[in-house]
Amino acid sequence: MSDSKIKITNLHKAFGKKVVLDGVDLEIKRGESLVVIGGSGTGKSVLIKCIQGILTPDQGSILIDDEEVVGVSEKEKEKLHSKMGMLFQGGALFDSLTVWENVAFGLIENQKMDRKNAKMEAIRVLRQVGLAPDVADLSPSELSGGMQKRVGLARAIATRPEIIFFDEPTTGLDPIMSDVINDLIIESVKGLGATALTITHDMASARKIADRIAMLYKGKIIWQGTVKELDKTKNEYVRQFINGSSQGPIKVEV
Amino acid sequence: MIEKFLRKLGKPLVKFFSGLGSLSIFIIRSVGNCFIPPFYVKNLLRQVMDIGFYSLPVVGLTTIFAGMVIALQSYSGFSRFGAESAVASVVLISVTRELAPVLSALMVAGRIGAAMAAEIGTMRVTEQIDALTTLSTNPYKYLIAPRVVAGVLVLPILVLIGDVIGIYGGFVVGVYQLGFNPANYVKATLQELEYLDVITGVVKAAVFGFIISIMGCYNGFKSKGGAQGVGEATTNAVVSSSILILIFNYIITGMFFSK
Repeated sequence: MSDSKIKITNLHKAFGKKVVLDGVDLEIKRGESLVVIGGSGTGKSVLIKCIQGILTPDQGSILIDDEEVVGVSEKEKEKLHSKMGMLFQGGALFDSLTVWENVAFGLIENQKMDRKNAKMEAIRVLRQVGLAPDVADLSPSELSGGMQKRVGLARAIATRPEIIFFDEPTTGLDPIMSDVINDLIIESVKGLGATALTITHDMASARKIADRIAMLYKGKIIWQGTVKELDKTKNEYVRQFINGSSQGPIKVEV
Repeated sequence: MIEKFLRKLGKPLVKFFSGLGSLSIFIIRSVGNCFIPPFYVKNLLRQVMDIGFYSLPVVGLTTIFAGMVIALQSYSGFSRFGAESAVASVVLISVTRELAPVLSALMVAGRIGAAMAAEIGTMRVTEQIDALTTLSTNPYKYLIAPRVVAGVLVLPILVLIGDVIGIYGGFVVGVYQLGFNPANYVKATLQELEYLDVITGVVKAAVFGFIISIMGCYNGFKSKGGAQGVGEATTNAVVSSSILILIFNYIITGMFFSK
């Protein structure tokens, strides 16, 4: 077995005439935490959805554990999904279920754990992300934004996935809560020994959780390297992005 | 000039047929997933309660007034040529064949079709449906199949209850307002009662239940773009299912009664 967990080669995806991914090449090693940075609308979410099989790419290959996942059957996809967890940008908690039922969803529906044990496990994971057991019976709409993110994280890690995706994990949170979430992400990823792929445009968060950073621009990976290399790079696109400047080679289309 | 005209014509046409195509694929997938395990029994029971039990007041009110109005109308109409005695059978036939299934279905479409589109649409735009997928749960099995099965099973039962209530409405008006003898009214009703009338109503109801669930789910599932998209989906669900109910009402009636 090679040491690459996810290997993406020449990935293309367009919606009508709008080309979103234009030949993405990216490799994520086993147990590594890779952060993909890039402006809004550069196709970061599309990239994740292609890897998960929610979107089908037009061209290219995605290998997970050295197995091709583009174009596999629904059944294979379901099997694939049981290896994955995902923290959604808006939480995407099921509002018809309670907090603990959300966290235990994968355990009950797929791992066929009985409800009593699943609830105990859910409470354990909730505690791990810093939530008291008494939130377990609340409905997700009763929680604050930061707490919803924590529940989303708990749901993503409850099934002990090998790969975890984080979609803008700190968007909409205050800086301190962002850092708390960053710590929790690092803790839970390392705790599980999972491979993590995060997409974000929050540079503070990217620096903190990344082993390696890649920048997506105009549908291609234009730069990748470690956090240290990030600060030394001469790549003007990257420099403009990390400095948050409106002046530079990246033009914002209004 | 001609090219311009054709272009104007072509765009909505292409849109219409691609919509029809995506609806067909959706229906095939939904129906297929109704028969493949795992089955989410809890979700099914929740839908049965929502569509069936909680629709009872609406269906009851609709059918009782429908039966009452038919009794009044037919009495005043038939009295012109001295056929008042036909009131009981007119109430029976019109309630069981048409009024109970069609009016109940239209009311349920407004109540349930809209709710389904809004709920599933909100789940779509807040990424809850993607979340289901990433938790290796097939959204067709978890969300759509229970609603479709519940719709097909429950609407016939609602309509049978509506039949009884509607006929009772006719009885009340006939006896207390129009002065029929209660025993004779009941006798006339039972004499005229034919299985075929009731069965066509029930078959219609099952088809209408399918239409309501599918259109509600489809519009919700395909909605995009936040609150506005969900609102649009809700409107489309109600309008399209109501129109389809009326169209299929005609088709099914034709299948049963045209010679």
